[in-house]
Amino acid sequence: MTTLALSDSWSMLGRNLRRMQHAPGLFVITMTVPVTMLLFFGYVFGSAVVLDGGGNYRAYLVPGLFAATAVNGVMTAMLASAQDSQRGVMDRFRTLPMSRFAIPAGQTASDVVLAALGMVPLTLCGLAVGWRIEGGVAGAVGAFSLLLLFRLVTAWLGHYLGLVVGTEEAAGQLGAATFMLPLLSNAYVPTDGMPGWLRTAAEWNPISAVVTAARDLFGNGGPSADAPWPVAHPVAASLAWSAVLLAVFVPLTVRRYGRDAA
Amino acid sequence: MTTYAVLSEGLEKRFGQVHALRGLDLAVPEGTVCGLLGPNGAGKTTAVRLLTTLLAPDGGRAEVAGHDVARDPAAVRRAIGVTGQSTSVDTDLTGRENLRLFARLHRLGGAVARARADVLLDRFALGDAADRPARTYSGGMRRRLDLAASLLTRPRVLFLDEPTTGLDPASRTAIWDVVRELTLAGTTVLLTTQYLEEADQLADDIALIDRGRVTVRGTPAALKAEIGAYAEVVVADAAALPGAAVVLGRLTGRPAALDAGRRAAGAATTDPDLTLPRIVRELDAAGVPVVDATLRRPTLDEVFLRLTAPAAALTDAEEALA
Repeated sequence: MTTLALSDSWSMLGRNLRRMQHAPGLFVITMTVPVTMLLFFGYVFGSAVVLDGGGNYRAYLVPGLFAATAVNGVMTAMLASAQDSQRGVMDRFRTLPMSRFAIPAGQTASDVVLAALGMVPLTLCGLAVGWRIEGGVAGAVGAFSLLLLFRLVTAWLGHYLGLVVGTEEAAGQLGAATFMLPLLSNAYVPTDGMPGWLRTAAEWNPISAVVTAARDLFGNGGPSADAPWPVAHPVAASLAWSAVLLAVFVPLTVRRYGRDAA
Repeated sequence: MTTYAVLSEGLEKRFGQVHALRGLDLAVPEGTVCGLLGPNGAGKTTAVRLLTTLLAPDGGRAEVAGHDVARDPAAVRRAIGVTGQSTSVDTDLTGRENLRLFARLHRLGGAVARARADVLLDRFALGDAADRPARTYSGGMRRRLDLAASLLTRPRVLFLDEPTTGLDPASRTAIWDVVRELTLAGTTVLLTTQYLEEADQLADDIALIDRGRVTVRGTPAALKAEIGAYAEVVVADAAALPGAAVVLGRLTGRPAALDAGRRAAGAATTDPDLTLPRIVRELDAAGVPVVDATLRRPTLDEVFLRLTAPAAALTDAEEALA
């Protein structure tokens, strides 16, 4: 049963990558967004933000943008699943003797594959504006893996939300709101200057754990020990957040595919 | 003993306030074609969606290929092919990619899937367009691709929901040919259609659905016989019409309808012994100057109108048909 689900998921992954091959426009746009944000935030905010110890803001920003890009995956996945659920082809999938898990699994897996490709331009631009990988190869592999795991989480979350809202229009509206989530974390600015309650919210935001873990693994600065637990133990916290979110949204999504398609 | 490929008893489905199916009973013997006819909103598509496991019934039960649709949907899915009303292929993929994908999801091995896709592309005259995205296909090509996708594994039961709606006559005939071929090979077909000619051409049995229930069922021939034939004579002179009406009324046992403009008199009959020569002889004997006479079996359209129209509208319909 499990091997069949995996083989179906593999087929669905192939389907999504081929679709992207035939219509690469959206993918190209999503690749350019983080680069634009790096230049925009880096040079606009970078002129105003002063980091403790006088570090380069653009180097501080790059790991944050990796995580923020992963969060944008919520919207990408939401649009894709809302759109797909309205296509006639969904009826065919649902009358085939295929695994119900394979539809979202194929979509989320293809999201992660494309996200991995999408990291290349941001990495290159980051290096060009002064960001450095200082944590060695193992650290870098760890950081990229963690970011892709987080991308998988946002893909499942987005896929589920897309099915719940049902239409592309609603998915677009809700998706635009997810843009704010990284603002409420340490992705763009340090949390030190935030008012107490906001700072607590930002530090417990899963995005902060992922950003801090990425900075730590890339060797761009370790977590401070006096921070709350998720930011003080960012790698463990990122893994824990990912596990919890997947444990919630994977079954919810799969159950959704078992329901009536009215 | 007859085995039924599709069997439903008291099937119910509600969508909020709308009671789409109100106890649908169907029995389709294996290897036959059943035509589900009915006006828009009668519940045809809902019935197909329940039988193909896309919807769960609210009441009653149904079996497809011997498997309960609610309890064992996986087994039903292995036995069926479905071509829905809307395009159910991925229009962003090419025809070939679509067929290969669905073949893989039917658990055919890679080489088998590729070979089967190629065979079907040829069979459905899509070879030249095989590597173009399906969104560039014409309506007829899409429908053929859709049908091909339903035939990757030879299904025991094939569901066709309005398979030829919006198609040109050539594409329609091509799809009819495929359905005939399939039934010769033993596939059971459940077909919904608004075209009575389609049901007449293909179906062994017809079930008329109205407001979520099967109201009439039978073979196309039996349904036509139930209405009988329609006799019509045209006379040389309008003054002879009353005489023609009297003779026709006596022969058919029903009052004849008159059309003064065409100088025609007509009446329906269920008498199998009433023949055209007899009508002409009797008219001639009565001195009615006949210039044209017909005795024709009704079309299924007439049957359909007769069986679904409210009683008050019947005479109007008859006059319209005459």
